[in-house]
Amino acid sequence: MIPLSYYVVVSTLMFVIGLVGVLVRRNFLIILYSIELMLNAANINLVAFSHYLSSMVGQVLSLFVITIAAGEAAIGLAIIVVLFRKRATTNVDELNVLKW
Amino acid sequence: MQSPVPLNALLAILPEIILCVSACALFVMEPFIPKEKRDIMAYFSLVALTLSGLSLILLCGKNISAFNGMIVVDQYALVFKTLLLGASILTILISFQYIKIERIHLGEYYGLILFATIGMMLLPAATDLLSIYLSLELMSMSFYILAAFMRKDAKSIEAGIKYFLAGIFTSGLILYGIAFLYGITGTTHLGAIRATLASQSAPSILANPILFFALVLLITGFGFKIAAVPFHMWAPDVYEGAPTPVTALLSVGSKLATFSAMLRVFVFGLVVNANDWQQLLWVIAALTMTLGNVAALVQTNFKRLLAYSSIAHAGYLLMGLLAKSESGMAAVITHAVAYLFMTLGAFTMIILVCKEGSRGDQISDLKGLGQVYPMVGIAFILFALSLIGIPPTAGFVGKLLLFGAAIDGQFYWLAVIGVLNSAISLYYYFKVATVMFMEDPPDDIRPSFSMPLKVGLLVMAVTTVAIGLYPEPLIRTAFSSIRVLF
Repeated sequence: MIPLSYYVVVSTLMFVIGLVGVLVRRNFLIILYSIELMLNAANINLVAFSHYLSSMVGQVLSLFVITIAAGEAAIGLAIIVVLFRKRATTNVDELNVLKW
Repeated sequence: MQSPVPLNALLAILPEIILCVSACALFVMEPFIPKEKRDIMAYFSLVALTLSGLSLILLCGKNISAFNGMIVVDQYALVFKTLLLGASILTILISFQYIKIERIHLGEYYGLILFATIGMMLLPAATDLLSIYLSLELMSMSFYILAAFMRKDAKSIEAGIKYFLAGIFTSGLILYGIAFLYGITGTTHLGAIRATLASQSAPSILANPILFFALVLLITGFGFKIAAVPFHMWAPDVYEGAPTPVTALLSVGSKLATFSAMLRVFVFGLVVNANDWQQLLWVIAALTMTLGNVAALVQTNFKRLLAYSSIAHAGYLLMGLLAKSESGMAAVITHAVAYLFMTLGAFTMIILVCKEGSRGDQISDLKGLGQVYPMVGIAFILFALSLIGIPPTAGFVGKLLLFGAAIDGQFYWLAVIGVLNSAISLYYYFKVATVMFMEDPPDDIRPSFSMPLKVGLLVMAVTTVAIGLYPEPLIRTAFSSIRVLF
């Protein structure tokens, strides 16, 4: 049987990759993917914990998370379409109308 | 035959069911309504919110735990639900004229506000990390769309994108924290988490690095939602870019709803590890108050100024939260009520001077408003006094209780920082008041009054003073409602 720590290491790696992606990459879509990575890192944790604790709660929670992630992707893509129509860019650094 | 969902569970979410049905109806009804009669949708949503508020009366005095303990409707939840419904009603009242000027008079506007309200109303009732996460998402997702609602306007799109990215990043952090908390305790129910943590021997979380990590993630996540420093960067931009009524609801509703969930999570669920989160929140509260007030000093845009002011108020509220005592919790609720009316009132001023082609959000746009319309000017003075915390206004009562709770909890320095910050805030609120009264109005001053807006403004001004003069009932309600947290 694979020890729990293996799963936690994989999920931590995914979470860190996602976190670095959000902070470093400037393309809206890549940032969206990176955040999906973070959510899925949490999912791996939830399912692994759920298995090792013999409790179903974690798996139920991860199903809800998958649904939420789909909703977020839909809203994110809708907003980016609106932006692209207006500015023809998906680079978040070019969003600089608002600042003091 | 036994029904799969017990009836009292349905009763517990009756207010939300009413709103959900009405919101769906609003999404569908718009094409069937002639353009000049679109106000019907606003009245329809007001009726829905009022009905939902009336159905709260059915729940009074009960203590229903529904859906396997996912949500609990107790007095604490009811107080916040009433408060948040009030915020939504006032928001719709003040947006009548505005959404016509900005040409966003659509059924989706009201529908999304109702959906955001459902999320906000479920948050104080949620007693499971799963239901907290889901209600937080429902609320935030509606706000992502609402922030970008003026889809032809570059500022609004930018606000939507910034809020969206900050929001889903936050939800990733909160979720990762929830996953670890679940791994440590084996449950997501707050009551069970509290019991499990109490039975574990380690007194400090620092002994258990994973628990500390989960705690930091949760604080970061909630900190983003309430715009606490250093997680506040999105707030001024989003507040400035979003449509003004949406900004008002965002700064009041989403902040207070998140606070109601934070009280449940930290003061009820994680009380065993209070020492650790108190230290973290101490630093955050001090930074939030100071940066919010200092940055507000230099703003020329009134919406941005109010954004920083609302950041500062998150700091004051955090002070009550980290005092962790009964008086601290009651202070948070009292100040939440005060914050609701005075902040919405201040945003109403921006909506008043907005006109075609100008958002009216510069401080100079308010020139002479108080001279020409003294009643509006007096209302603003009341809101400003309340925001600073000067009697006889609601803000004074709230701040008095907050500082009192901080001193009772022996957070002397925090109380000192809070008082100094209140003094700083005097300057920038009165800078605006001076512009309103001392400078000459432009020739074409024509505020966009409408009957609902006048009603809303009157309600806000009267309540602000009424609570200031006679706060006992509110304080008593606050004290009796927070018993469930201990």
